[in-house]
Amino acid sequence: MKKGLTRIAPSLTAAAVAAAFSLAAPAQAADNGKFRIGVVTFLSGGAAGPFGVPSLNGAKVMVEALNAAKVPAPYGLKGINGVDIEVIEVDENGGASKQVEEFRNLAQRHKVDAVIGYISSGDCLAVAPVAEELKMPTVLFDCGTSRLFEENKNPAYVFRTGLDAAIDNIGAARYLVDSGRKIESVASIQQNYAWGHDSWGDFSAAIKQLEPGVKVATEQLPKLFQGQYGAEISAISVSKPDVIHSSFWGGDMEAFVLQGSARGLFDKRTAVLTCGESALDRFKGQAPNGLVIGARGPFGAFAPDTVLSNWFREAYRAKAEIDPTYPAYKMAQAILGLKAAVEKAAAKPGEIPAKEAIVASFKGLSFESVSGTVQMARAGGHQALQGIAYGEYRFDAKTGKATVANVKAYGGECVTPPDGTSASEWIKAGFPGAQCN
Amino acid sequence: MTTLYAILIDGMIYASWLFLVAAGLTVIYGVMRILNMAHGSFYAIGAYTGAALVGWYFAGGDGAPYWSYVLLLVAALGSGLLVGWLVEQGLLQFMYKRDELLMVIITYALLLILEDTTKLIFGVDPYFTYQPYSLLGRSDIGGLTFANYDLLLILVSVLIGAGCWLILNRTHTGKVLRAVIQDREIAVAMGVNVKLMFALTFVVGTTLGTLAGALTAPAISVSPGIGVEVIVLAFAVVVVGGLGSIEGAIVGALLVGLTRSVAVHLAPEVELFVIYGVMSLVLAVRPQGLFGRNLARKI
Repeated sequence: MKKGLTRIAPSLTAAAVAAAFSLAAPAQAADNGKFRIGVVTFLSGGAAGPFGVPSLNGAKVMVEALNAAKVPAPYGLKGINGVDIEVIEVDENGGASKQVEEFRNLAQRHKVDAVIGYISSGDCLAVAPVAEELKMPTVLFDCGTSRLFEENKNPAYVFRTGLDAAIDNIGAARYLVDSGRKIESVASIQQNYAWGHDSWGDFSAAIKQLEPGVKVATEQLPKLFQGQYGAEISAISVSKPDVIHSSFWGGDMEAFVLQGSARGLFDKRTAVLTCGESALDRFKGQAPNGLVIGARGPFGAFAPDTVLSNWFREAYRAKAEIDPTYPAYKMAQAILGLKAAVEKAAAKPGEIPAKEAIVASFKGLSFESVSGTVQMARAGGHQALQGIAYGEYRFDAKTGKATVANVKAYGGECVTPPDGTSASEWIKAGFPGAQCN
Repeated sequence: MTTLYAILIDGMIYASWLFLVAAGLTVIYGVMRILNMAHGSFYAIGAYTGAALVGWYFAGGDGAPYWSYVLLLVAALGSGLLVGWLVEQGLLQFMYKRDELLMVIITYALLLILEDTTKLIFGVDPYFTYQPYSLLGRSDIGGLTFANYDLLLILVSVLIGAGCWLILNRTHTGKVLRAVIQDREIAVAMGVNVKLMFALTFVVGTTLGTLAGALTAPAISVSPGIGVEVIVLAFAVVVVGGLGSIEGAIVGALLVGLTRSVAVHLAPEVELFVIYGVMSLVLAVRPQGLFGRNLARKI
């Protein structure tokens, strides 16, 4: 038996070596001279339709145009610093543990140069420390948790080019107050998980600070993806609020608006949907005119009238046959931020700088984007500082098109807490240092 | 007083929806003793087919809007009969003598396959087919406004509940089915075509699932994952009522629907737990569910 084993040992060793090489194959393929980016977004599950698919389309539009050197100035250099971009798509569905595994795969097997992704706050929080451990430049394009840089006070490799959720709600509260609406009582309906709880916490604190004496009419917390909101709509109707606040997104938001409209919930009161813009073209007149909607920043229907922004809208429309919504803009913004950082770090075109050089130039960077100028001016230069805008939904039955009216924008310094202060502390203190026009 | 009205009507509307979702599940378990995990997928298939067909109809231009209700029924019946027949003939008929627990695993595998198949056919973009929901207008009841479509669902679920009960209890086919439930081997010995009865039951159960999905589609945004969401609720209802009992499903749906409505109106913070709270309480008192029967073990 022992003799037999000795005889087959070389074959086993050879097989093991062959297996090791075959497993390592993707790593070899990574050395193809391209700038490889792992793009992680929801490709299945409830968040795929409203967020994942538009953001992936945004990535495809931007990467194709960059590789063809067709993006307007200041991004005329092909790909990233003259190097073609290669994208590896990863589905964000499946939970935080799976995403950590996928992140390690991207970094260690696929040998990506950077990772851009993550819609879910849970995934961002799980992946961020791993990005630091693996020293992988990682751009979080959408997740909104304000805990991201509160828990990681000294980030090196993690950046977020989107805004955090507190800004959505501070902006929404300011918009309601500034538009002179009656706000004696506010009803809340949020998805029953961290996003919903945090959003309502920030909004209710901000509105009470701006309009002292506001009463909470009712707080409804249905399950995520519940789909049926009959009882919640009745409870809100019975509580007779002046304003209804919701951070609903995706199918839940569309179902709530459809069911609420059919029951006249929005006839005599204002509703504010912080993520409402993502369904602007999907409401198709089923949302009431006057519904206050936001885009989590100056994106989508709130994007500025610039050459770069208009080009992106047209390029996206040509590819996807619909207007881009805010997740598409945010993805495009993350890619442009990374490109700007790499090109700033590189000594000459055609060179891919070391990861350490990329993150050093990303820190505190100011770059042009599809939403105007972005300054990485919070969390020690790792978090974008931008303004936010809100407006009212308007549907034109003749053209079948929806637009936003009565738009009011707030600068980043007006709605963002200073570094070192949490949103809740800043709101509680009465927004000290806020610079609002 | 308004809150009381609201609790009752909201509870009834939700209960009617729960019953629609759970009816097919309980019919299949009642006759075939299969705890059909794939039922949520049948619901999703009905919703997608209904939404796609109605969406296509309205995209076509100026068709009479009321035909959309016929299309929803056509979508439910067409997809239910086709998928039910394919699954029963292509998979389940080879598995009937297996253990009940294994059937749970088989139908769970089926759920995963059908989830991906649905994504492959309909994509991951949500379907928003609202026309049939808003077409019927609204009614004011006790100071609150309700969508007539939701009120109509109460009527539909009453009709389906009554239909299932009558077929099982007052027709020859129902008596044969009950004989199969009582003792499959003796039923075969007496000349009952059990294979046919099983196929018929499974297709009816599947079609009830697709009907629930198609009728729900106009009120929601139909997106991936809706099947998995409803299967948990459907199980809660049939477990509370007693697996396999139509009367149980009706009472279970009413109990869960009304309790949830009370929670939403009076204590929204506990709403997430009430369904499981009701289930735990019922099972603590009657482990076989409210209308479940203890099965005599064959020796």
